[in-house]
Amino acid sequence: MRKTILSLGLAAAVALGVPALVAPAAQAAEGVAIPKMSWSFAAPFGTYDRAALQRGFQVYKEVCAACHSMNLLAYRDLADLGYNENEIKAIAAQYEVTDGPNDQGEMFQRPAVPSDRFKAPFPNVQAAKAANNGAAPPDLSLMAKGRIGGPDYIHALMIGYENAPAGFEMQPGLSYNKYFPGHQIAMPAPINPDGVTFADGTKATVDQQSRDVAHFLMWAAEPKLEQRHRLGVQVVLFLLILSGLLFVAKRRIWSDVH
Amino acid sequence: MQRFVTQVSGGIMATTQGAAHAGQTRRDFLFLAAGAGVGIGAALTVWPFIDQLNPSADVLALASTEVDISKVPLGQQLTVLWRGKPIFVKHRNAEEIEKARADDNAPMPDPQKDADRVKKPEWLVMLGVCTHLGCVPLGNQGAYGGWFCPCHGSAYDTSGRIRQGPAPRNLEIPPYAFLNDTRIKIG
Amino acid sequence: MAFQSDNKVVKWIEYRLPIFTLLDHAVGTYPAPKNLSYWWNFGSLAGLMLVIQIVTGIVLVMHYTPHTLMAFNSVEHIMRDVNYGWLIRYIHMNGASFFFIAVYIHIFRGLYYGSYKAPRELLWFLGIIIYLLMMATAFMGYVLPWGQMSFWGATVITNLFSAIPVVGESIVTLLWGGFSVGNPTLNRLFSLHYLLPFIIVGLVILHIWALHQHGSNNPLGIDKKDSRDTIPFHPYYTVKDLFGVAVFLLVFSLFLFFSPNFFGEPDNYIEANPLVTPAHIVPEWYLLPFYAILRSVPSKLGGVILMFAAILILFVLPWLDTSRIRSAQFRPVYKQFFWIFVANCLLLGVVGAKPPEGIWVLIGRLATVYYFAHFILICPLVGWFEKPRPLPTSINEAVLAKRRPATAAGE
Repeated sequence: MRKTILSLGLAAAVALGVPALVAPAAQAAEGVAIPKMSWSFAAPFGTYDRAALQRGFQVYKEVCAACHSMNLLAYRDLADLGYNENEIKAIAAQYEVTDGPNDQGEMFQRPAVPSDRFKAPFPNVQAAKAANNGAAPPDLSLMAKGRIGGPDYIHALMIGYENAPAGFEMQPGLSYNKYFPGHQIAMPAPINPDGVTFADGTKATVDQQSRDVAHFLMWAAEPKLEQRHRLGVQVVLFLLILSGLLFVAKRRIWSDVH
Repeated sequence: MQRFVTQVSGGIMATTQGAAHAGQTRRDFLFLAAGAGVGIGAALTVWPFIDQLNPSADVLALASTEVDISKVPLGQQLTVLWRGKPIFVKHRNAEEIEKARADDNAPMPDPQKDADRVKKPEWLVMLGVCTHLGCVPLGNQGAYGGWFCPCHGSAYDTSGRIRQGPAPRNLEIPPYAFLNDTRIKIG
Repeated sequence: MAFQSDNKVVKWIEYRLPIFTLLDHAVGTYPAPKNLSYWWNFGSLAGLMLVIQIVTGIVLVMHYTPHTLMAFNSVEHIMRDVNYGWLIRYIHMNGASFFFIAVYIHIFRGLYYGSYKAPRELLWFLGIIIYLLMMATAFMGYVLPWGQMSFWGATVITNLFSAIPVVGESIVTLLWGGFSVGNPTLNRLFSLHYLLPFIIVGLVILHIWALHQHGSNNPLGIDKKDSRDTIPFHPYYTVKDLFGVAVFLLVFSLFLFFSPNFFGEPDNYIEANPLVTPAHIVPEWYLLPFYAILRSVPSKLGGVILMFAAILILFVLPWLDTSRIRSAQFRPVYKQFFWIFVANCLLLGVVGAKPPEGIWVLIGRLATVYYFAHFILICPLVGWFEKPRPLPTSINEAVLAKRRPATAAGE
């Protein structure tokens, strides 16, 4: 028994210690520690905050969508945010997308429908680069999973714009950001105080907009998070009970050997 | 699945039945519960693997199609794809409508009135899939002036009703609605 | 002793194909040492993970498209649109990590208790081959989502073959099917990734067949003498394995549902871009120690040779370890070196994740040297000079001795 506990303890120490040694390596290379946020969707019971999602979507739509595509989302996915079918149709109809070829062989424009993907600001990567000093703004669909720090990093990036410290050599055309690796980012500060007017009346500070857009981007990257958490709680509970039952069954069967 | 549960718990029980221990019923319940737990867990795990075969969200989103019918001349048919199958949008002329109505009470395998198959008499919207074995019937052919299926010789009339041949039912009318005079939404 | 039954259907089948006798002999009445600890659960757990990977993998292939223009998006299609696609994908992704967790514990169990020693050398060999195929399969599988790590990991590892003198470059072009990792590469890795697991299944059958020849080793490392040393596999080990499965799946579920990207790299959520190299190219965690050994050698060819040697040396272990005692329980000196070896392997893993600069280069080199020293120097020398503790007379004796003082049941 003692040996089992020792072995398990060793295993646990290894399981926790090795990742702890490995993980900070990635962070340390980036330098400044990112402020840790507490999100409503944090494991294990976390869910998305619909109001925050809608505000974040508004920030994406009015600020980010000018340069950043969201190619993996379709307008119908917005149902998760609490919009009904007519609202989604109305949102989609605001955008013109290319369709075709028609019977004459030509491509044509038509208003988007819910089954269409989000309209991209540029037709291709080259156009995006050309319009942005050679640096194409990346697609945001998976940004919250594609960067170390995830939504914390996105929030930090949005609030991290400041004047370069004295003596820091800035390349032309770049902006100083406290949290961006290397500190010189091609994107100028995108979020301005009161830059958007939130439909629910929340004050649109830079921090608020940053938090909401990070929240929205987390949903965009992981729309099934809530189902995952819910199923996880059920499965873990089930397995805890089953393990208990099987342990007692095992002891019973082994009682004549011990 | 039932058998699996009984086998697991039964197997555990059978071997220990030899030993004469007090509290036999308690032990049996334990093994039954454990066995049932394993069985239920296995069954619940199977469902996602079956459900993933069902249409995915993007396929379901394309469940309906809108069609512009303004350019279909009288007497002609437009064929569009809906849910992967052909839809015949026939712009019927007066003669075809008359012929369809006249046969409303004629003997046929699947009796149906023409008025029950159209929303506006000059527009016939139906699935271009023969109800026999699924071939696409050819228009303006066959003994009844409607469609003829070359695969096994089914003949449909100008309302798309089966009149002759092996097909059991009339050509299916999909759910559709007129958004305005020039657009219909199918599905 | 054929399997007896009154059931007519069973008798009909049995007469034509004695499958019930086979199952009865393999799992039912099969004699197993009565003193196996929970360290012996990991073989069946590895088998469980193999089945899980194959089932989830086959389902994923129903929705995945192996073309560079569509692969990344098809995986996201699975995550977002396919019913329970997110679950099946995450199971497959984390299943690979847990497959390796089970196999590593299984291997280290073998190293500690001398399970590789006669007469189980072939069993050990089959295990190493299975391990090699697992690594190949996992490497290929990681390329399929066509993220940045997929592409660049494939580029780095296939480029290694150019170290082979004379034919190296031609071999790399052959592997790529082009002048760089591209669509032909993706397609062939997809085909092989689907194939290899079934070869692994065949090898697992041989592995179990070899095991059943002489039966399992046990924590004491001594051979079974008579039927007092063993118990029938069913129900004792069937229920113990089932319990192990439940606990393993519980831990698996904690990661699967609450931290599914723990073992992964954020860079793989960025679509592959041949024009942009990620800052740190790292393979999946289970390949890190070998990656560290590879990078420890300044010469490219030397690194490749040493990396393969690190695995191939396992084949020679039954002869490098000169001790006639199997279990480290009775080998106090070897026991210490075993744990140092474990720590060294973990250190190699950490080194593999770090960028190859500063103090980590030296640490990596020392750890690599120690890795080989363990097999080439320590195992033979300790085997010769160590004075082992006295072995118990039999398994049964040892189990009874533990029972006499009324302690909480040891297992």
